[in-house]
Amino acid sequence: MSKVVRSSKSRDLAEKALEKKPALGEDIDMAKYSSTAEEHVYQEKPSKLPTEDKAQFMKVGVTLDDASQRSGTFVQMDRSVVHSSASGEGVEVLAITKALEKYDWLQDYWWRAVSVDQDKFTAHAEIDLQNGYFIRALPGAKVVYPVQACLYIAHKNLAQKVHNIIIAEEGSELHIITGCATHPMNASGLHIGISEFYIKRGAKVTFTMIHNWAPEIDVRPRSGAIIEEGGVFLCNYVCMKPVRSLQMYPVARCNGENSIVRFNTILVATPGSTLDTGSRVLLNAKGSRAEIVARTITTGGTIISRGYIAGSAPEVKGHLECRGLILSERGTIHAIPELKGEVAGVDLSHEAAVGKIAEEEVEYLMARGLSRDAATAMIVRGFLHVDIEGLPPELAAELRRAVDISEKELF
Amino acid sequence: MLKIEGLHVETHGKEILHGVNLHVEAGETHALFGPNGSGKTTLLMAIMGFPRYKITEGRILFKGQDITHASLDERARLGIGMSFQRPPIVRGVKTRDMVRACMGGREDEEAIARLAERLNMGELMDREINYGFSGGEIKRSELLQLLAQMPDLVLLDEPESGVDLVNIALIGQMINELLQKEQKRNRTRAGLIITHTGHILDYVNATKGYVLLNGSVTCERDAHECLDSIKKNGYEGCVKCLK
Repeated sequence: MSKVVRSSKSRDLAEKALEKKPALGEDIDMAKYSSTAEEHVYQEKPSKLPTEDKAQFMKVGVTLDDASQRSGTFVQMDRSVVHSSASGEGVEVLAITKALEKYDWLQDYWWRAVSVDQDKFTAHAEIDLQNGYFIRALPGAKVVYPVQACLYIAHKNLAQKVHNIIIAEEGSELHIITGCATHPMNASGLHIGISEFYIKRGAKVTFTMIHNWAPEIDVRPRSGAIIEEGGVFLCNYVCMKPVRSLQMYPVARCNGENSIVRFNTILVATPGSTLDTGSRVLLNAKGSRAEIVARTITTGGTIISRGYIAGSAPEVKGHLECRGLILSERGTIHAIPELKGEVAGVDLSHEAAVGKIAEEEVEYLMARGLSRDAATAMIVRGFLHVDIEGLPPELAAELRRAVDISEKELF
Repeated sequence: MLKIEGLHVETHGKEILHGVNLHVEAGETHALFGPNGSGKTTLLMAIMGFPRYKITEGRILFKGQDITHASLDERARLGIGMSFQRPPIVRGVKTRDMVRACMGGREDEEAIARLAERLNMGELMDREINYGFSGGEIKRSELLQLLAQMPDLVLLDEPESGVDLVNIALIGQMINELLQKEQKRNRTRAGLIITHTGHILDYVNATKGYVLLNGSVTCERDAHECLDSIKKNGYEGCVKCLK
């Protein structure tokens, strides 16, 4: 997007990191992918997008036919932003390229929560910025309905690169549902998504991301959040569908006193999928708190479930929970919970458990008349339905719906 | 209702029951006595059909049907229900989900709410089943599930253990309801209760009592006489009694 003038410093750093291997996960040869795709037409009314694509959006919580329960909508297909609008009061939803043109100050947020030279993926996202979204809640605005955003790959072999910035100004409240999906196809593709979250003093953001990729897609999100005093960031991630590889390790920095972060992750690795994910929280300010919960299931794929909480200020509290179920003979779950306390007065804990469903539990349910399959399904459903404290009921219902859809296909 | 003939059961490769005979008619409730390790729980588990309890000889007839080789869930669906002494915690599965499952898919939220209230289970309905439950809460939760399931044959494994004096009356009342004790005749249900202390018999009337010793029934007589005799002469007295 040539019109946008971005800092040459970021560009220089990116140039140098174009070949930098990622610290975690399989390396990807960027040359294998195309960075061009046909342009898709912008639609004033998102309901006019192709039915086939809308069906895919629905599966990830993005509803375009009736957006009355949404405060804003953003849809990007391949490189093109095909719709962007805000209907709620006190909320802005823009294509990131438009937002960069509109607001000079946005430069100050660009690559502040994520490093531009972290690896080749961040570097390529800077050099070939295609688009992404900018969502902002104005100071004090309580945005009731969620803003929905969809990032969609339709072009075969595309390397989609997006950069998103989410800002919750002081005292605001913002809920976002992001769905990522592909056109029903059996082709390779790469998604690189940079997401930077800025949660100002006393603001609250809930971010629910549902991924529904395809068996040949590689996914490399790079996310970071900075939370100021009394801010709350709830981040939920669901990926239950086949994907070739996914590697991400978002980091949240609790820089303000009494700020709170919760990461909830629900993963299902089907045969052929490799999911290397986790969440990191740096509790840098007094009284900040973190909770990381991961529920992972393999039906034959590989999961590396990471978690890291570091406490470097007094009176911080963090808890990490990784639980994994192996539902097939093949399949790997590697839980790597890490805690680091750097001052006295931190309270950090973790629990991790990996295994199959306990026979005793299945039998308990069978003794109530459920068949073995029904009993297993009920236990798995219970395992996947994480109660997320602080999530508004309608969002919890949306999350549950997304889990339910995928869960039905598990058995 | 339930007829057990020459039942031999082994678990972990070791025979625990050596030819047990037992007969419970519809409308009757029988009590099982015996010291720890005598095989009482094994008997209930074998009747319920837990795969770890292998029937090597003999047979179980339920409502005239040979269920010796029927699976656990088949038996539950045929109308056998059991309250567990130490049920497992099932993380993520709420008490409410279990009660719904017991109702076999009939979703009657009002009935569930009424039952929960009567058993003083309101607050526990949306908790994970058995997670952090006290002994008494487990008993009430088990009974709630059975009341939702309404089995024809009720197997109760020490329903009174760990229950305080106030709650034991409530539990007794609920068991009587399960067993249609308020009906003087035409009862269609039957019960088999393991009791160590016999306290539950102050609330739930049992007709016949059995003493199990080392995997065999050594005594079979009126339940209350049986209990009195154990109190007076210990389990050893029961051995003589049979002779």
